[in-house]
Amino acid sequence: MLARRIIPCLDCDLGVPGGRVVKGIEFKQIRYAGVPWELAGQYYEDGADEIVFLDITASHERRETMTSVIKKTSQSVFVPLAVGGGINSVEQAREVFNAGADKITVNTSALKRPELISEISDRYGNQAVVLAIDAKRRYTLEEGRQIVETEQGPCWFECSFYGGRQFTGIDAIAWASRAVSLGAGEILLTSMDRDGTYDGFDIPLTGAVAKRVKVPVIASGGCASPDHMLEVFKKTDASAALAASIFHFGEWNIRNVKTYLNERGVNVRI
Amino acid sequence: MAIVIVDYGMGNLFSIYNALDYVGGNPRIVRDPEGLDGADGIVVPGVGAFGSCMSQLSRFESSLLRNFREGKPMLGICVGMQVLFEESEESPGAAGLGWIGGKVVRLPDGVMIPQMGWNGLSIKRPVEMLDGISDGDMFYFVHSYYGLPKDRSVIAATTEHGVEVTAAVSKDNLFATQFHPEKSGAKGLRILENFVRSIRC
Repeated sequence: MLARRIIPCLDCDLGVPGGRVVKGIEFKQIRYAGVPWELAGQYYEDGADEIVFLDITASHERRETMTSVIKKTSQSVFVPLAVGGGINSVEQAREVFNAGADKITVNTSALKRPELISEISDRYGNQAVVLAIDAKRRYTLEEGRQIVETEQGPCWFECSFYGGRQFTGIDAIAWASRAVSLGAGEILLTSMDRDGTYDGFDIPLTGAVAKRVKVPVIASGGCASPDHMLEVFKKTDASAALAASIFHFGEWNIRNVKTYLNERGVNVRI
Repeated sequence: MAIVIVDYGMGNLFSIYNALDYVGGNPRIVRDPEGLDGADGIVVPGVGAFGSCMSQLSRFESSLLRNFREGKPMLGICVGMQVLFEESEESPGAAGLGWIGGKVVRLPDGVMIPQMGWNGLSIKRPVEMLDGISDGDMFYFVHSYYGLPKDRSVIAATTEHGVEVTAAVSKDNLFATQFHPEKSGAKGLRILENFVRSIRC
């Protein structure tokens, strides 16, 4: 039986030489966490099942910095590496794969041009394309939306792009489903309402998307304790839980989290 | 000692190169069949569809077979394991290398396809390539098809994904895995170390 995965996420600011890992709070304030490949190496030693690198600056001239980060990381980190941020063509995806990435994640570029998903998956396979979704709850119900019940009442989820700075009007659950039919092999699902809040994952959102699509869903946004991971694994079919701050700022390490989950009946790789 | 990784144009060899380098295997990537002859050990990686892998690999076929018969340690990974079989449901009509009798079949409906993630091994035969590996140790899989050998005794390890899935086979000087040792953390590196050690002996 497949293990539930624990995935640390490195939000990388590549505007400084060598890059640095930062963490935003509710997509805004920024805290500095460390050097990308050093953190990746530490998380690998701690038992990370996979590592996600997101270029939050996402500008073209900084892609070289990202490829050098990945090259350096892949020399001593032997778990899957997923890389995203500003990739909007097969050519750019190729640069990242050639640096040693196993998967690329797309978000804004796929919302603007959904065919990008099939272009990359045709060339590299579905397993290599992760669709990242930043979803925000909307309590103003509209016709044709995928409605989900929450403790705060029924809502739908709207996709955001440009790192949470703009909204698309696109229904996140419908988009997840369409992206999978285009060839996305995995969904990295971030709750904008929870990201950086330490309130735990958005369970109704994660549950709804995991129920809808047949590919693995990575829950993201709001994780501050192993209890939050336990909750998302017990209450939804999420295949993986992603977190940043809880690992970056020394509150928990991955090994402790996995032991905690294992003792409570979650199948994780120890 | 020279370990060669066969580059037949199917995908990225960075990971396997880096992992073999990390365990002291001093790997070299070769793009021509002649490159296999000076090797002490051979790695056959593989991504993509069975049929396209075979059509790219065919020019290496006689050289691979000669080196296999000479007893050189060989390691197949993922589709590099599937091509050892006679045929695959993925690409009807395409002939595999056929070193292992049997065919490659699709994972059953109702499970997540591809199987992508970490799954535990059930060891069927404690071969040297699995030294240091215990029942339940987890490895990283990404695949939609798996090999079903006619002679079950070649199966070294299995995993569970809806059905019992062949995870590793062992036959003479040949060992092959459906999972990716180069992406499977310390346990995966241990298998690669075992491979390097089998060449030094």
